[in-house]
Amino acid sequence: MNKQKVIELLKVNKWYDDFHVLKDIDLSVYQGEKIIVCGPSGSGKSTLIRCINRLEEHQEGLVKVHDHVLDHKTKNIEKIRGDVGMVFQQFNLFPHLSIIDNCTLSPSWVRKMAKKDAEELAMQYLTKVKIADQALKFPGQLSGGQQQRAAIARALCMEPKIMLFDEPTSALDPEMIKEVLDVMTDLAKAGMTMIVVSHEMAFAKEVADRVIFMDEGRIVEEKPTQEFFSNPENERTKLFLSQIL
Amino acid sequence: MNIKHTFYWCKKNLFSNWYNSIISIFCIYLIIITIPPFVDWVFLSATFEGKLKTDCKTSGACWVFVRVWFEKFMYGFYPVENIWRINLSFLILILTIGTSFFVREKFKLYILFFLIFIFPIIAYILIRGSFGMEIVESREWGGLALTFILAIFGILVSFPLGVLLALGRRSELPVFKYFSICFIEFWRGIPLITVLFAAAVMFPLLLPADFFVDKTLRIAIGIAIFESAYIAEVVRGGLQSLPKGQYDAARSLGMGYWKMNFFIILPQAIKTVIPGIANTFIALLKDTPLIVLVGMAEILGMINLAKANPYWLGMAVEGYVFAAAIFWVASFFLSSYSQKLEKKFSTEKK
Repeated sequence: MNKQKVIELLKVNKWYDDFHVLKDIDLSVYQGEKIIVCGPSGSGKSTLIRCINRLEEHQEGLVKVHDHVLDHKTKNIEKIRGDVGMVFQQFNLFPHLSIIDNCTLSPSWVRKMAKKDAEELAMQYLTKVKIADQALKFPGQLSGGQQQRAAIARALCMEPKIMLFDEPTSALDPEMIKEVLDVMTDLAKAGMTMIVVSHEMAFAKEVADRVIFMDEGRIVEEKPTQEFFSNPENERTKLFLSQIL
Repeated sequence: MNIKHTFYWCKKNLFSNWYNSIISIFCIYLIIITIPPFVDWVFLSATFEGKLKTDCKTSGACWVFVRVWFEKFMYGFYPVENIWRINLSFLILILTIGTSFFVREKFKLYILFFLIFIFPIIAYILIRGSFGMEIVESREWGGLALTFILAIFGILVSFPLGVLLALGRRSELPVFKYFSICFIEFWRGIPLITVLFAAAVMFPLLLPADFFVDKTLRIAIGIAIFESAYIAEVVRGGLQSLPKGQYDAARSLGMGYWKMNFFIILPQAIKTVIPGIANTFIALLKDTPLIVLVGMAEILGMINLAKANPYWLGMAVEGYVFAAAIFWVASFFLSSYSQKLEKKFSTEKK
C-alpha cells in the first residue's frame, strides 16, 4: 500500500458562531480509497465533507486536497472544486436545464470543452448511470432515483479524481435506493476515491475500505470496515450500530 | 335548451342568495347607466370627419380634435420631414421583439444583448441625427414618441442595473453590499417627481458652467436609476426564493461567482419574478407622463397644449380619453407579454 495521499485534514476545527461543529478532525485519504462516514444527525458529517471542497470554511487546522492547501488565500478554488465531485442529499439538479444541459454546462463553460465533446462525454456518463434515454427531459420529470443518478453523472462529467457523497440516498423512496447504490458500487469498483456520508451499512460492508464514526463533532472511531463492524470499541459506536443494524 | 342553461347559470352565479342578488342587480344597474352613454359618446354620436371644431355638431365626442392634432400628439415638435427616423427606430424595436418569439434559445441571448447594448445607440443616432442626417435636439422631441423613448430607455437601463444591485445587495463583500443597500434605499426613499425636478432644475446648478448634459438625457437617467432600485428589490425576492442547494451545486461544479449567477441563479430567480418585473415596468410606463411637470411635452403635455389652443377650447375630455386608451393598450401589451413569458418558462418545470 504505497498509495498517494489525496486528502489530508489536520486538527481541523470549525464553529458556527458559538457552536463547535468540528473538533480536532484528523483524516487522511489515499488514492482509490472508499470511506464511509456515519454517525447521528448533527454530528458534523456533512460539514466535514463540505470542508473538503470548501463549500464550508474551517477556522483552524489544515485541509489539503491534491497538495493544494485550502484556506482563504487559496487561489483557483474553482479549479480545485472541479476535481472534487459532489453529490447532495437533495440532488440539486438545475431545474431550468434539461438533464443533458445539466451535465454539459460545467464542462463547456468551466473546462471550455467543445460543445460536441461535452455532449458526448455527458451521454457516456448518462449511459453509465443508465438514464441515457432521459437526457432531454427536465429534472422535474424524473423520479428521485433517476434525478440522483443524473446528479452523479453531472458530477462525473467534470472527470473528478475524488467524489464526495452527502447522504445520497436519504431523500429517496426505499425502492429507489438500490438503483443509486448500484451506480455508486460500480463507481467504487472502477477505482474512484470516494467519501460517502451514509447510513447504508450493507453498502458500507460491500465497498468501504474504512468506516468513520462521528459524534458531537469528533471522529470517535475510525477502523477498517471489517473491524469496525466486528469489533467496535467506543460505547457510542456500539450503541449506534446496535440501533441501526 | 340554451335559454334554460343560461337561466340556471344566472341563478347559480348571480342570484344564489339575497345579498348576491342585491349586488348583481346593483352591478347590472351600474352597467346600464354607464356603458350605453359611453359607447354612444365614443362611437355612435361622435364626429370623425372634419378639420375644425365647428365641424363637430353632434352631442358625442369630437374626434376631429385628435385627428387634426394626431401628428403632434405622436411626435411633438419633431420636424415632420424627419418623422420616418422615429418610426424606423420603433419598427426595429418591434421587429426585434417579434423575432424573439420565433428563434432558438441561443439567439435569444444575442437578441437581449442587441436590445440592451446596441439598439439604444442605433435609436439615438436615428432620432437625434448624425452621419449627415439633420440633427434634431432633444428639446424638440415630444408626444407619445418621447413617452416611449423614456419608458424604453428606462426599461433597458434599469433592468441590468437592477439585477447588478440585487446581486450587490446579497454580496459577501461589505463594500458592494452597503453601497447597494444605500443606493436602493436612497432612491426608493424619494418620490419620482423629486427625482425629475432634481434632474431638470437642480442638477445643472451643481455642475460647472461649461459642463452640459442634455435635459432629456438627465431625465431619462433619473427615471432609469429610480426604477432600477425597484427592479433590484423585485429580483432580490427571486434570489431569496432559490434553495441554497443550487449555489452549492454550482460551486461544487467549479463555477465561479459570475458563471454561477449567469447560468444558474439569475435565470431561475428572474423567471420566478417575471410578474413583479412586469409590474414595475408597467408602473414605469405610467409614471413617465410626470415629466409634463418639468416642462417636457410628451403626450399629456401635447394634449394640454392643444386643449389650450383658442380654436380648440373644451376638448380636454377627448384628449384624455385618447391618452387613456393609448396607455391602456401599451400597459395591456406589457402585461400579456409577461404572461406569455411566464407560460413559456413554466412548461420547462413540468
